[in-house]
Amino acid sequence: MTRKDLANFGEKLGQQPWGLWLLQAQRVVRIEVRRNLFSWRATWVFFLAFIPTVIILLHTLFQRHPVMEISDDTNVLAGIIQIYYIRLGIFFGCLGIFSGLIRGEMVERSLHFYLLSPVRREVLLLAKFAAGTVSALLLFGSAVIAGFTLIYSGFGAAGRDYVFNGPGLSQLGAYLSIIVLACLGYGAVFLLFSMMFRNPMPAAMLLFAWEVINPVLPTLLQRISVASYLRHLMPVSVATEGIFALLTVQTEPVSAWAASLGLLMLIAIVLTYSCYRVRSLEIRYTSD
Amino acid sequence: MNDRIIFDDVSKFYGEVLGVNRITLSLPPGVTTLVGPNGSGKTTLMNLMTGLVQPSSGHISVLGVAPDNATEFFRTVGYCTQFDTFPRGLTGFQFVMDSLMLHGISAAQATKLAAQSLGRVNLGDAAGRRIAGYSKGMRQKIRLAQAIAHHPKVLILDEPLNGLDPMARAELLELFQELGRQGMHLLISSHILEEVDRISDRVVLITGGYLIAVGNIHQVRQEVREKPMQVIVRCQHPELLASKMFAIHHCVEARIHPDGKGVFLRTGDVDQFYSMLNDIAAEGAIKIDTVAPADDDANAIYQYLIGSDGSAS
Repeated sequence: MTRKDLANFGEKLGQQPWGLWLLQAQRVVRIEVRRNLFSWRATWVFFLAFIPTVIILLHTLFQRHPVMEISDDTNVLAGIIQIYYIRLGIFFGCLGIFSGLIRGEMVERSLHFYLLSPVRREVLLLAKFAAGTVSALLLFGSAVIAGFTLIYSGFGAAGRDYVFNGPGLSQLGAYLSIIVLACLGYGAVFLLFSMMFRNPMPAAMLLFAWEVINPVLPTLLQRISVASYLRHLMPVSVATEGIFALLTVQTEPVSAWAASLGLLMLIAIVLTYSCYRVRSLEIRYTSD
Repeated sequence: MNDRIIFDDVSKFYGEVLGVNRITLSLPPGVTTLVGPNGSGKTTLMNLMTGLVQPSSGHISVLGVAPDNATEFFRTVGYCTQFDTFPRGLTGFQFVMDSLMLHGISAAQATKLAAQSLGRVNLGDAAGRRIAGYSKGMRQKIRLAQAIAHHPKVLILDEPLNGLDPMARAELLELFQELGRQGMHLLISSHILEEVDRISDRVVLITGGYLIAVGNIHQVRQEVREKPMQVIVRCQHPELLASKMFAIHHCVEARIHPDGKGVFLRTGDVDQFYSMLNDIAAEGAIKIDTVAPADDDANAIYQYLIGSDGSAS
């Protein structure tokens, strides 16, 4: 590619209606978030997100919290994040939310309304992805914040001290970053599955199995996994025994920035391929 | 040629199944009716035109814009599909509003346009109700309101009269006619041929994925030379006219009208027929009131070219 080609490409990029695309994307996000969160069908995702919060609430209400148990509860919270949220809650929550964005609309036969609007298909896809991410983050992010708050509020002044003067807030920041990356990572994969398969569930189950066995695979294969990147970002190591040990096993150490960058690259690759596929997406409801 | 809808050698195969084959069309503004039996490729043609399905070969452009340029294309085009489904939980107003907001216009302008289009299809009063509670006819109308809300230059309507009562059909036909008069392109597929026939400027006949005929209905009828043309002549002595006409070799059938005040005549040479009729009128023995073609409507052409059972002739 010559300098002139690059200059032409740059000029062409500059001529694109970015402002309009951004506005359209915002409006698609608004419509999709409304559909994702404010309908009866979203109830089960709320359940997935908030069930640990409810359990923590019950513990806070009905169990005494001696100060020395702070470290135990910190480990419990880390376990909930790593074992429940990343492995199950966010995985299945994102499966429901993101596979509904394209496939769900194919099943309900309403996708054509979007494809007949003056919105570029790539913009539509990325906006739907953003909407799914916002929906998932609102649910799982607020569930994690609520769980965190409830756990440490049970310890009174010691809990406040742990949060504001100790490592509490940075741990919460790390958990939220993990939740963001998990939603982005699983979201991108499930969005792609929903375009590739009429029923994305078998592929999702294969991915689930892959994620479970991933820690015992060779290093190269471990990189093709969402959970493996997230493990390296956990602020608290979770020591578990039995079957759960498989879910939390420590693999080759990777720095946090490398893990984040690796996952973001994986997401970028998956989204780029999804954009390519959506260009040739056809509406054939009868065969879907 | 930028005011035209152009199909340039377009084919579409669904695997090994033919959708449409080598369609070449150039449609000027006005009302065009797409006629053909079920499964003939009408909806495929409309879906190809709007990018809902991609052509296996060939090119399509609407007023000079290809369907893959969605940002420009769908500012110009509105498509009222046959799919009787909607996004969940929306009211009629929200449905039209959501669609307009994607055009990037302000909320105030979108509200104005939504109200206008809902009024145009007489759904203003039901706009606040959920679409799930609408009747079939109302759902048909709300789809139409959504398709016309942004004032497109090209309106594609797939069976727009389905599920409507006669009064609603008449209202919509009037609306289509008005839109056509305003210089809009209207491409309508319908099996209610008698009704769309009244408003269409040209027909596109399609069967089995193949284009059979295109053009003004009367022109197309004249081109179907192997089928004798039927003419009804209203006159005082129909039996006398029938006997005179039978004497001409190209008149193949004469049938007295049930009310006894006219005769249906079938002729293989319409020019000679009219010349002969003029002579008879000039003789003065038979007073002729009116002469009108009886089978140059879309329905008759459909029957002749495609066959009443939907099979290609």
